[in-house]
Amino acid sequence: MHSVFLHLHPLKVNASALRFNRTFGLGGMAALLIIIQILTGILLRFNYVASPAEAYNSIVYLKDQVLFGQFVRNIHHWSGVFLLIIAFLHFLRVFLTGAYRDARKINWLFGLFLLLLIVFSNFTGYLLPWDQLAYWAITVGTTIISYFPLVGESLRTLILGGREVSASTLQTFFTFHTAVLPFLLLVLMLYHFWRVRKAGGILLPESGSKSELLPVMPNLVFREFIVALVLVAVVFTFAALFNAPLLEKANPAYSMNPTKAPWYFAGVQELLMHFHPFFAAFIIPFGVVLFFIWIPFLKYDEPPNGHWFISEKGKQSARYSALFAIIVTLSGIMFNEYILNFEIIMPGLPALISNGILPFIILLLLMAGYYLFVLKRFRLSKAEVVQAVFVFIVVAFIVLTLTGIIFRGKDMELSWP
Amino acid sequence: MKAPDDRITRRDFFGIAWKGLGILAALEALGFITAFIFSGRSKNNASPKQLLEAGPVDLFGLNTVTAFMGGRFYLARQQDGGFIALSLRCTHLGCAISWEDEKKRFICPCHSSAFDISGEVLNPPAPKALNYYPVLIENGVVKVDIGTLRERNVFRKDQLTYAQ
Repeated sequence: MHSVFLHLHPLKVNASALRFNRTFGLGGMAALLIIIQILTGILLRFNYVASPAEAYNSIVYLKDQVLFGQFVRNIHHWSGVFLLIIAFLHFLRVFLTGAYRDARKINWLFGLFLLLLIVFSNFTGYLLPWDQLAYWAITVGTTIISYFPLVGESLRTLILGGREVSASTLQTFFTFHTAVLPFLLLVLMLYHFWRVRKAGGILLPESGSKSELLPVMPNLVFREFIVALVLVAVVFTFAALFNAPLLEKANPAYSMNPTKAPWYFAGVQELLMHFHPFFAAFIIPFGVVLFFIWIPFLKYDEPPNGHWFISEKGKQSARYSALFAIIVTLSGIMFNEYILNFEIIMPGLPALISNGILPFIILLLLMAGYYLFVLKRFRLSKAEVVQAVFVFIVVAFIVLTLTGIIFRGKDMELSWP
Repeated sequence: MKAPDDRITRRDFFGIAWKGLGILAALEALGFITAFIFSGRSKNNASPKQLLEAGPVDLFGLNTVTAFMGGRFYLARQQDGGFIALSLRCTHLGCAISWEDEKKRFICPCHSSAFDISGEVLNPPAPKALNYYPVLIENGVVKVDIGTLRERNVFRKDQLTYAQ
């Protein structure tokens, strides 16, 4: 066992690769959380029954009657939340240190796919407790799919196994959550690690690559062990202090007020409040994902240097982008909510134009104006321009998500939490 | 390895044959899995005609709405006496709407879409009028076919059912 673990590592590692703020250990943390999810998931499966009649009761039994039942469920819940956040931070770290290009571009794509699998794992797991939270979050989340052009409605019916969230939806989600997705995650995760090794370890700045090589044991392995211990301690503390939510049993005739999608889709749901569903659920999310897929394949002037935000100019333009994203997103939300609703002031036009094309064009014009009047003055390289766009997208997404989670109250109106 | 005169060697031939067989087997497996999954699921979609008896016509006053949570619909009688059985799913994101009698409108708790008594949109973001189930009136008894959900963009008079 000892040597199996060591074989996942190279023999020697660059001294500057060991600095914690190079990677923050995020990839390793994500891997550990996946292992925790698999172990606690197996324990939960000893008690769980995947049928609408029994699922909820089996969770209640688990938390009230089974020794450590509540604790295991809490670990699974919190480690799932952390996994999504840490995988997202890992994605940011890899991009912002430039480790997505050249020898690493295929691994960037596998990383994106792993992130998608983690989202799917969370989403399928969300339904399993079969309480009001689960039922309505999945109803809202899957209805978003039905706005995809042409295939949307049939795709939704296929996923749900009918027109509504039902017994066959639960069966399908359960199978994906406990068999298909963990299997794919485990296999692709190992492949992901192997490709990092194949690319010569993590990306280092020029100056770092000349520093000395140290044996992995104990230098890296012991560091990983410390990070693992701290992470496990944090997850267990959360699990001991905060219970995973469980509301009343699912009731298809009664929606809670407010009904929200799972928290990581709160940003998309917030977009849905402002844009026609065709834009909010399809054009914008798919545009963003295509952008992420596309960036490693662009032609750049110079190879990545491994520095955070590339350069001083890069750092400053990223700061501007973040600020611009916060201003545009927040003022857009407020403006659309309180001052101007295109659909109401232009009732004659189809909603696709007044609530879709029109605001979308305004958004694109704002971004073009920002590029012409602010970014151009920095004389950025191509990589720095891509980075500025990336930062804008990510920060806007975070603002939308936080607004959806924190500031949407009764009737989904803006309010203080 | 290529033969000097560029013809395919036996080794090349078997290499190609094995690859071809591999692809064929993978496609076969894919078809097998798809057929397996879809045939099991299609049964759940088939919904035969299912008549639910709502009650005698006179039970429902003009301009009133009665909830049938078991059948998941609202039976709405219009001002002119016409019946429509409205699905309780909001057409925006599928939440369950509720009837506000004092304001005579349906309201969705998810994004505050509103609909009037015929299911027509009063307030966005809902893009379409509420879906409905066919209503039959036989011998003065209102029946709703909850096996057949009808979709529509806007309300039209011919979606209503009248007592003879």
